[in-house]
Amino acid sequence: MVTLTIDGKKVTVRKLSTVLDAIKKLNISIPTLCHHPDLTPFGGCRLCIVDIKGIARPTTACTTPVSEGMEVITTSPTLEKMRRTTLELLLSDHPDDCRVCERAGDCKLQELAYFYGIRENHFLGERRIYKKRDGNPFIERDMEKCILCGKCVRVCDEIEGVGAIDFAYRGFRTKICPPYDKDLDCEFCGQCVAVCPTGALTGKMWKQKGRQNLKEIDTICPYCGCGCNITLLIKRNDVIRVTSKPETINEGWLCVKGRFCYEFINSPERLTKPLIRVVPKESSAFSVQQTNPPFLSLSKELFREASWDEALNYIADRLKEIKEKYGPDSIAGLSSAKCTNEENYLFQKFIRAVIGTNNVDHCARY
Amino acid sequence: MSKEIKIKVCTGTGGMAAGGENVLSLFRNALLSAGIDATFSEKCSVDKVGCRGFCGMDLLVDVIVDGKKITYKYVKPEMVDRIVQEHIIRGNPVVEWMVEDDFYNFHKKQTKVVLSQCGEIDPEDINAYIEVGGYDSLKKVITSMTPEETISVIKNSGLRGRGGAGFPTGLKWEICHRKKSDKKYIICNADEGDPGAFMDRSVLEGNPHSVLEGLTIGAYSIGAEEGYVYIRAEYPLAVNRLRKAIEQSRQKGFIGNDILGKRFNFDIKIKLGAGAFVCGEETALIASIEGKRGMPRARPPFPVDSGLWGKPTVINNVETLANVPYIIKNGAEWFASFGTEKSKGTKVFALTGKVKNNGLIEVPLGITLREIIFDIGGGIEGEKMFKAVQTGGPSGGCIPAEFLDLEVDYESLAQVGSIMGSGGMVVLDETNCMVNTAKFFLEFTQAESCGKCTPCRVGTKRLLEILERITSGNGKEGDIELLEELSYYIKTSSLCGLGMTAPNPVLSTIKYFRDEYEAHIKDRRCPAVVCRDLITYSILEELCTGCGACKRACPADAIRGIRKKTHTIDTSLCIKCGTCFDVCKFKAIMKS
Ligand SMILES: Cc1cc2nc3c(=O)[nH]c(=O)nc-3n(C[C@H](O)[C@H](O)[C@H](O)COP(=O)(O)O)c2cc1C
Ligand code: SF4
Ligand code: SF4
Ligand code: SF4
Repeated sequence: MVTLTIDGKKVTVRKLSTVLDAIKKLNISIPTLCHHPDLTPFGGCRLCIVDIKGIARPTTACTTPVSEGMEVITTSPTLEKMRRTTLELLLSDHPDDCRVCERAGDCKLQELAYFYGIRENHFLGERRIYKKRDGNPFIERDMEKCILCGKCVRVCDEIEGVGAIDFAYRGFRTKICPPYDKDLDCEFCGQCVAVCPTGALTGKMWKQKGRQNLKEIDTICPYCGCGCNITLLIKRNDVIRVTSKPETINEGWLCVKGRFCYEFINSPERLTKPLIRVVPKESSAFSVQQTNPPFLSLSKELFREASWDEALNYIADRLKEIKEKYGPDSIAGLSSAKCTNEENYLFQKFIRAVIGTNNVDHCARY
Repeated sequence: MSKEIKIKVCTGTGGMAAGGENVLSLFRNALLSAGIDATFSEKCSVDKVGCRGFCGMDLLVDVIVDGKKITYKYVKPEMVDRIVQEHIIRGNPVVEWMVEDDFYNFHKKQTKVVLSQCGEIDPEDINAYIEVGGYDSLKKVITSMTPEETISVIKNSGLRGRGGAGFPTGLKWEICHRKKSDKKYIICNADEGDPGAFMDRSVLEGNPHSVLEGLTIGAYSIGAEEGYVYIRAEYPLAVNRLRKAIEQSRQKGFIGNDILGKRFNFDIKIKLGAGAFVCGEETALIASIEGKRGMPRARPPFPVDSGLWGKPTVINNVETLANVPYIIKNGAEWFASFGTEKSKGTKVFALTGKVKNNGLIEVPLGITLREIIFDIGGGIEGEKMFKAVQTGGPSGGCIPAEFLDLEVDYESLAQVGSIMGSGGMVVLDETNCMVNTAKFFLEFTQAESCGKCTPCRVGTKRLLEILERITSGNGKEGDIELLEELSYYIKTSSLCGLGMTAPNPVLSTIKYFRDEYEAHIKDRRCPAVVCRDLITYSILEELCTGCGACKRACPADAIRGIRKKTHTIDTSLCIKCGTCFDVCKFKAIMKS
């Protein structure tokens, strides 16, 4: 453990901590844009600069390891002036777009501009202009709003292990992009979207669906047995976005399905009751595959609604019949990643012990 | 005819560009056909040698007959025959092609250590280096000195890093030597990204083995088994010679396993850089070797604690390492006898700009700027007035005439707002506009910023924009103060050395040439008549003969007039290209 003094207060932290960790432990507020507790320190935005006794120039708290007896000052007129200049410079190269920005109200840059009361900017000048032309289905990349904090790059590399994006070009034209500045083509986990402090990265499906008065409901992702915690953002009765909180079991990280594939919730095509086929399969003009897209319109002719009891009894009777007539190996079971581990366990038990066959498999193997 | 004949043709990059390879083979052929055949070959050699500094006079060729050396300048292929016939066969040197006094003055005040064998030996032949005592220092170190003893010699010599920051080399080695680690690395920084700098390049092209020897001694001292030379791919000749040198050195057992029969293993890899200036910064360089984008990271931890692949690493500049064998050979006291109290030894500078003698020079530290510019450099071209000298590459400052007697060392340069940097030295005269000069350097640093941190990426862009508006006549009241404020902010809050030094050209020119800034802003006037938007061209009636040359040359059709009558320029059409100014034989065009 190491003890140091911050703004006159003593604090003891673990040996490998940074000065920023110590500042946070004391609950002293300090602005940051490129810092993320789960990612390697970057030191790019320069907002968390502090004065450390014995070091001539201001130093970034996020990159500096603590040492015994260190004396740190987090605020002074000079430091605040420098932070202000940093913000002004960032804003001088940022579209004046908060009115229509998806992230307004939830944007770290906007919030800092508000706290520092930045209205005029005496560094106005050229702004980066980029055409939006990314053909990917999930992530809106508005690189004019990017402040090059590098969080997306680090999360993609360090958390996701994908490395789909990186810094490219140099100087004022430095830009985050996929290789050769092509369209994003990756896992689409959206981790980058989750960590972006500005409106540079947002979900395509979120567009103009609402920013204020959203109801938040914490729940569990229905897609797989991992059970990631998700939070549904709801406007009226529609789920318009999915997020996940950092303090959850999955630390706020999700996969493409959990983060972006929530459209089924409000889909009119969603099955909510069991259906039993009324027209025998042979006489149906449609193969199983073909029935899929126009399901809704066809279902009325081909299927009828049933209660759960009726449906389950029907399945049990048919399975028994088939087993008696053709033997247990004529039946196979395929279960789903959407089920819990316990459900999957029971399912294979059912197939093996009740039906009596080893023909059982799971969708996650494919 | 049993004369001893030696011919040395410069094949540094400058020499190559001036046709060195071609002239070299012409000499060989001419000598053969003149009957100086193979029996004489032991005594007769035609060698390629590295750069000897005075590139302004390339191609330089030394002809040494029985030890008497004559140097020819501007040698062209068609001159070879006459030199062979008259000088070598008949013994009458071709006087009109020989170098003159300025060549000798150029060398008089120089002290060559690092460059001592550049231009003297064949850089592609390890035996040539061994003949002049090469690798003796390595032998001495490995067979008779401990790492601690070696480090203490380097410490006592006072050698400081020649890559820019001037950190004491012995101390850096000592810190790394003390680190306990299963693996350590040593890296030679041959990125040399400063525009106009070619010090390291010349050393690598002229005497690559001296750098390898220094690197190996360094490796022995700190306990590294693996070394890298990080060199830019734009230096194909240097890369090539380095590759050959490493191969030859390996064959001779100076690198590899069990070096010189002792239990010391060390091998060297070459890593090509893609030419980003910032990759010369040590942490960016390490990232680049690791296969990442060359972006600096915050220090601490310093590379000696956690460098390449997280292991203790020493990074040294080419020139720093090239000094090492000479220090071991001649002793710490010898090296410390050159220089000032805190800056010992010699330093190589690339002297360019408005001096008569452009080229590479090596001088003892503590020499004055005046000696460099007026004695070695031969003064200002065209007898113009000296205005300032910009030292330290793109992020150095401009030093005005009042400091000409400044003794050059790390501290003194910093005191006047500039830096030693890697040794660029650009001389400016009265026809250079200082605002424009600052803008020029900032264009470079801005474009080369890695983009990681806000002050450097956006801040230098805004600095540049303010300079652009001043030089285009749109400067505003308060711009000078804004430049100063922003410059101090960038200097104090940037992450790496690039941002910390980028504002130096702005701050130093404001400090010493504030009146020029004011003239641009308040009077919309460029005192040196350089900034295009502030110039007008006009024709002086009394000098114009009406020859019409300007009218024919003007690409914008802006000149009116009939033959033999005074012509005039329509300023609304003039695009200020300056063509008329250049073509008028009667000096009738006025730039104001
Ligand atoms: C932007 C920047 C560019 C640099 N470029 C070079 C370079 O081209 N060559 C070099 O030797 N050092 C360069 N340096 C200095 C290196 O970071 C490092 O200090 C040096 O290589 C250490 O070697 P030395 O102690 O022998 O000087 C650069 C530093 C900065 C900040
Ligand atoms: S969506 Fe995931 S994989 Fe794709 S760039 Fe973002 S973090 Fe990387
Ligand atoms: S896109 Fe967002 S997260 Fe990525 S660098 Fe830009 S601002 Fe940071
Ligand atoms: S100062 Fe410039 S070059 Fe250095 S890290 Fe910052 S942006 Fe990159």
